[in-house]
Amino acid sequence: MGLLSKKDSKLIMDPLADNNPITIQVLGICSALAITAQLKPSIVMAVSVLFVMGVGNVVISLLRNLIPSKIRIIVQLIVVATLVIIVDQVLKAFAYSLSKELSVFIGLIITNCIIMGRFEAFALGNKPWRSFLDGIGNAAGYGVILIIVGFFRELLGSGTLFGFPVLGNPVTKTGLYAIGYENNGFMVLPPMALIVVGIIIWVQRSKNKDLIEEN
Amino acid sequence: MAINTDKNSYTIIFAVIMVIVVGSILAGFASGLKPKIKENERFEKQQNILYAMGVNENEGPNDATFVSTDKVEAEFNKYITKQLVIQGDEVTENDEAYLIDIKKEETKAKDPDYTRRLPLFVGEIEGKEVYVIPVRGKGLWDAIWGFVAVDKSMTIQGVYYDHKGETPGLGAEIKQRYFMDDFTGESFLNGGAFEGIEVSKGNNDPTNIDKDDNEVDALAGATITGDGVAAMLRKDVRLYVPYFKSLN
Repeated sequence: MGLLSKKDSKLIMDPLADNNPITIQVLGICSALAITAQLKPSIVMAVSVLFVMGVGNVVISLLRNLIPSKIRIIVQLIVVATLVIIVDQVLKAFAYSLSKELSVFIGLIITNCIIMGRFEAFALGNKPWRSFLDGIGNAAGYGVILIIVGFFRELLGSGTLFGFPVLGNPVTKTGLYAIGYENNGFMVLPPMALIVVGIIIWVQRSKNKDLIEEN
Repeated sequence: MAINTDKNSYTIIFAVIMVIVVGSILAGFASGLKPKIKENERFEKQQNILYAMGVNENEGPNDATFVSTDKVEAEFNKYITKQLVIQGDEVTENDEAYLIDIKKEETKAKDPDYTRRLPLFVGEIEGKEVYVIPVRGKGLWDAIWGFVAVDKSMTIQGVYYDHKGETPGLGAEIKQRYFMDDFTGESFLNGGAFEGIEVSKGNNDPTNIDKDDNEVDALAGATITGDGVAAMLRKDVRLYVPYFKSLN
């Protein structure tokens, strides 16, 4: 990559694969379970987290020498909450129908431990540009898993993608349903998100044996 | 420029400045965007009312699309002929009836001296008169609400449901066409008396051919939301029964 030095591009690529916040660090699981029943909320959540983490990491990094260490967690929380409220208000004003579908989930970004984790672990000790890349990278790593899980849960659970039926109509028995296929209702329930994440972790670790912990 | 960030006085000053800065940013955003948000909410209500009475831009059997926001105001004025407010026995016309907050009215109605204002929208579509009733109730997690279009005899012409936070893929399916469309043709009355519509799990009629059974087929995995829909219809539509009795 010409634009980024090798060290910088590592900041983006690492969280996408070998240091993924969900599958390796097992952070942010709560929101990954809650919102991945359908593909569209998963994507909007991924984009919103991308914004909040990119901007938040830069803000924290700019303030890193000014923030009193005693109240740094509170300061981080305020930065996340402010950004989330701004996202929510802007969506309400300019993408009303989308915000109606997602307003609960947007609020949930505040509780996403990946964000606080990166503020604390990275932005407080690094320069703004590197913090920005780290934020974008981690949010993308989180988003990719969200979208994969959302894809499988909506496809197998409801037989749709983005709300459009892709496997035929289960009521009139067309498409796949004509030969006896049924939607798996369990897929839309939160426990299946955990199992899908588990399968992703399994696939990832069997492809890259270095990731398997020894004990 | 080494500032001692560990001092108590510095911590307090930092916190105060932070609160002021963040507070003004958020206040600025909120008041700057408020008119736009309010307008969106108003349009949405008009869109919902029109959708219930059959004015929409649906494409295909699974699609639920409102009339677009840029023409919703004109369409609303075209199709809605009268907006009524029913208060006790008194019926008045009021062009802003659609702005009545039925949640607030419901709270106020707990006071025995207060007679609840009930908004009702009278529209005409393809030469047929329809009455759109707003309803509001509880789902599993949060509020659910909707608009029900009926004719003079309280037979449903169309419905629109929405929710604040039902589970995606389960309770949230109440705003899907296949659920909403089942209500069309059902009657709230049974033998002349008000009965409501049951969202029924043990339904022998899953494709909803029988329109006289006061039942529609429930959604799998969304028992409480479905019961909430039935309860909401029973609770709020019942209030309008005296008015419909006076029509016939």
